[in-house]
Amino acid sequence: MRFSQNSVWVNNKDIDLLMEEVSHMAEIREQVDVCVVGAGHAGCEAALACARLGLETVIFTVSVDSIALMPCNPNVGGSSKGHLVRELDALGGEMGKNIDKTFIQSKMLNASKGPAVHSLRAQADKADYTREMRKVIENQEHLMVKQAEVCELLTEDYEDEDGIAEKRITGVKTFTGAVYESKAVVLCTGTYLKARCLCGEAITYTGPNGLQAANHLTDSLKALGIEIRRFKTGTPARMDRRSLDFSKMEEQFGDERVVPFSFSTDPEDVQIDQVSCYLTYTNEKTHEIIRANLDRSPIYAGIIEGTGPRYCPSIEDKVVKFADKERHQVFIEPEGLHTNEMYVGGMSSSLPEDVQLAMYRTVPGLEHCKIVRNAYAIEYDCINSIQLKSSLEFKKIRGLFSAGQFNGSSGYEEAAAQGLIAGINAAMEIKGKEPLILDRSEGYIGVLIDDLVTKETREPYRMMTSRAEYRLLLRQDNADLRLREKGYEVGLITEKQYKKVCEKKKMIEEEIERMKHTTIGASKENQEFMKRHESAELRTGTNLAELMCRPELSYEILSEIDPQRKPLPADVIEQVEIEIKYEGYIARQMRQVEQYKKMEKKKIPEQLNYNDVPSLRLEARQKLIAYHPASVGQASRISGVSPADISVLLVYLEHYQRQKEE
Amino acid sequence: MKTETIAAIATALSESGISIIRISGKEAIEIADKIFQTKGKKHILKNAVSHTIHYGFIYEEDELVDEVMVSVMRAPHSYTTEDTVEINCHGGVLITKRILEIVLKNGAVLAQPGEFTKRAFLNGRIDLSEAEAVMDMIKATNELALKSSLSQLRGSVSEVIRNLREKIIYEIAFIESALDDPEHISTEGYKEKLEVIVEELLFELKKLLDRADCGKMMKEGIRTVILGKPNAGKSSLLNLLAGEEKAIVTDIAGTTRDALEESIKIRGIGLNVIDTAGIRFTDDVVEKIGVEKAIRFAKDADLILYVVDSSTPLDKNDLEIFSLIEQKNAIILFNKTDLPAVVTEAELFEKCGGSYPVIKISTVENIGMEELEETIQTMFFRGKISFENEVYLTNIRHKEAVREAYESLLLVKNSIDLDMPEDFYSIDLMSAYAALGRIIGEEVGEDLVNEIFSKFCMGK
Repeated sequence: MRFSQNSVWVNNKDIDLLMEEVSHMAEIREQVDVCVVGAGHAGCEAALACARLGLETVIFTVSVDSIALMPCNPNVGGSSKGHLVRELDALGGEMGKNIDKTFIQSKMLNASKGPAVHSLRAQADKADYTREMRKVIENQEHLMVKQAEVCELLTEDYEDEDGIAEKRITGVKTFTGAVYESKAVVLCTGTYLKARCLCGEAITYTGPNGLQAANHLTDSLKALGIEIRRFKTGTPARMDRRSLDFSKMEEQFGDERVVPFSFSTDPEDVQIDQVSCYLTYTNEKTHEIIRANLDRSPIYAGIIEGTGPRYCPSIEDKVVKFADKERHQVFIEPEGLHTNEMYVGGMSSSLPEDVQLAMYRTVPGLEHCKIVRNAYAIEYDCINSIQLKSSLEFKKIRGLFSAGQFNGSSGYEEAAAQGLIAGINAAMEIKGKEPLILDRSEGYIGVLIDDLVTKETREPYRMMTSRAEYRLLLRQDNADLRLREKGYEVGLITEKQYKKVCEKKKMIEEEIERMKHTTIGASKENQEFMKRHESAELRTGTNLAELMCRPELSYEILSEIDPQRKPLPADVIEQVEIEIKYEGYIARQMRQVEQYKKMEKKKIPEQLNYNDVPSLRLEARQKLIAYHPASVGQASRISGVSPADISVLLVYLEHYQRQKEE
Repeated sequence: MKTETIAAIATALSESGISIIRISGKEAIEIADKIFQTKGKKHILKNAVSHTIHYGFIYEEDELVDEVMVSVMRAPHSYTTEDTVEINCHGGVLITKRILEIVLKNGAVLAQPGEFTKRAFLNGRIDLSEAEAVMDMIKATNELALKSSLSQLRGSVSEVIRNLREKIIYEIAFIESALDDPEHISTEGYKEKLEVIVEELLFELKKLLDRADCGKMMKEGIRTVILGKPNAGKSSLLNLLAGEEKAIVTDIAGTTRDALEESIKIRGIGLNVIDTAGIRFTDDVVEKIGVEKAIRFAKDADLILYVVDSSTPLDKNDLEIFSLIEQKNAIILFNKTDLPAVVTEAELFEKCGGSYPVIKISTVENIGMEELEETIQTMFFRGKISFENEVYLTNIRHKEAVREAYESLLLVKNSIDLDMPEDFYSIDLMSAYAALGRIIGEEVGEDLVNEIFSKFCMGK
């Protein structure tokens, strides 16, 4: 085994010795409200949320230069991930604003499909993204950045209101022995916990990009009874732009009219000159090289123990699992405006360096490629997320929250969304307020967190549009209408921003009403209008809303026979059109949501002992004890809990309630 | 749209007497009013006073289905404390089932096992002290339902449903992977392809619905297992029972390789007869499997027909069978009376303590069949053997599920016709998938995500 020069890898005994030495030194003690551990996408959102809510916050990072680093793909958004960013923005998060400042290409994906699956994706200038976020963090009032490795969580035992013995967080301790006392801690350690990177036979004990790993915190977590698991992910090579032949690839442009991520960004500010990406393909030769060298892949050789995600398979996985596919797409994407590095999307790998070079060079346009950074796989410690409540607080340790890859998710956007919620809820807890919990019918963020806390995730969890059962309601275009109010109640959205949404809502409602009540007679002019737009003739009088349901007619086209129309903002018209055109489908989902909400409202008391509930099947009892769901709805989503078990639970809860009253 | 009004058959299903269909919930009276008319063809239930009973007729559209008495109980003065209607109809399995189905078609949903009692409790009607009993009842009835659901479904039907589900989930996975990764997977030309597939699925589901209507989806009837040593005459008995003079409902060969199953009607009573491998101690691996299966069937049986070969002495294999029929409803058939007897009836009586009827038969000369039929009929009417209500209810539940899947696919077809974007299709495809899953007892869970990752190569 080889070690990289900057890695600190010591065995447990050595750590104890080190810690002992450290404890003899005169220690620094500071008092803050919140400690955020990690300054990636989750940590940044968590820290900003806490500080903006007025709490004294310190954010720890192993390297200040790696704040909001994008160690993998150079984009933000994408199918369903774009939704997360829009929702985060509506609630008062930073990611949307930051990508609007630093993107170099933008696309609305799925534009030809239904509005529910339209999704924004932007190429970021990575260095710029990091720099801009760092600027925001460093200039945020109540927020301090501290470069240090947190190695220990400090807790104390106490009795809660009902006299039950509980544990709560009191602060953190750094590797140098400094103690930060705090009322809440948010863990956002990403892929850094006991990280190791693998590139064929070469193994380095570092975090992504050769950054220092965090090797001590895991032991402290385990000592607190937190269940740890090991996940794995990977990233492709970066190449020198000058060594690539783009004439052999298809050029991919950004959208002509760019839609910003943030509801606060002026759309005119994002109409910039965009850069291109390029598309090329692997071929039989590539696959041959991979197959011939599979025994040198750490995954296939069994060296990697972590579980990898199925949705972003390495190129070796693709070639093995989809053997009949003759070629795989490869996207060449710039990493920024001021670098020659190009990201090779679609070809992540943990094969040895020599095999990587040989395989990449079989791809058209990459024949003479020079690799700047090798592809590698990374393994890291994370938690089984069913240990968390929907507020992202640990069930067993009060004041301890966590977010991002540490929770077993993957992706910048998933991390940021959780970071925001964990940050908000850490603040709510300190302020003695109700936590912000979005349910599955309120946002993708709700789906993401609910999945994490109720489903056993056996691989890094990625958001997907199919995971959102009420997706017709959870569109990226209406995230502000859905969530601004919640952001305002929490305190991250200003009154002015909130009023703006209220006004928008009112305009939409009024215009829909007007269209439903504007009759269109079967007059000669109107019939001619129909004919011109290849629409069926009117048999009787109808209204504007009915007409807009016809696929061939739009709000714009109808202006001709709608003289009373007042000019409205484009985002209002968009909502009016969607709400009317898809009314039947939307109404059906609304009814499903009603049913769903009924079960969500039935809360399960935290102190309920499932061993007291008779007639539960054994499997259900074990699962319910392990997950301790917050509501009957959540219980019903746990696999292994049947509808009959839910009936039994309902009867028991009623029994419990009545007994309490007596 | 499904309401929360529930309905079920409140009495035991049998061929005689009166049956009651109970409807409970906000729309109970409204639903009953739609299908019930007085002699003067009036709909009167909507304004009926609580705790009154009304004479009239159940109609399905214009067709008269049955002459009934209907009682109306208004909230909160009913068992469930909800609006409740009870339809007293002429007994008979067919009519009772039919009326229940009409109620369901008009907006009620089939009650889950134990649901009336559950509601009574949740609505405060039942005393706190009975909570535990209520929970036990819910658990027990559900277990029974689950058992009957899985064991009563014909093998060929679950095969068809599995196939349909596989096809549906593949299409959803395709659509969803294209939505999640539009740059890797294109939906060009997909609409036309899906249209054909949906037509096929609708056709298959229609066939399934028709089968359900003829009662061919479920094995309805008394689970009857024929046991005996090898060569005791078990298969001959089955052939005789299933002879041309008897109405054969269906025959499906090979629930297992070595057990033959037939649905038979004897004097109006449905029997589901399984012929098993002869029971004997053996070292032959294949035969052993057959014997083990026979033992399993016997354990689940409602009625066991034990065929004794009277021409060979009783041995340890017979002792094994005696232990199997212990605590069970069984009839001992003293076969091969056409041959010189080695075993006597007295010997048999002694072995089984005289607790089972013994009938002398000869399958070769077709002797004793009348008496066997009569014995079965008597046992049935005395309530000694009965088919479980759950079986019938499960069948209705399955049928409702198939209908729901069918309607969901019609919505998909409608979306295609309206030229809606692809993401709209998967919503109703998913409903169809979930509905069919209920029949074979499978939840949706992570099926879709698994299908996406195993069938389609995602990017990055």
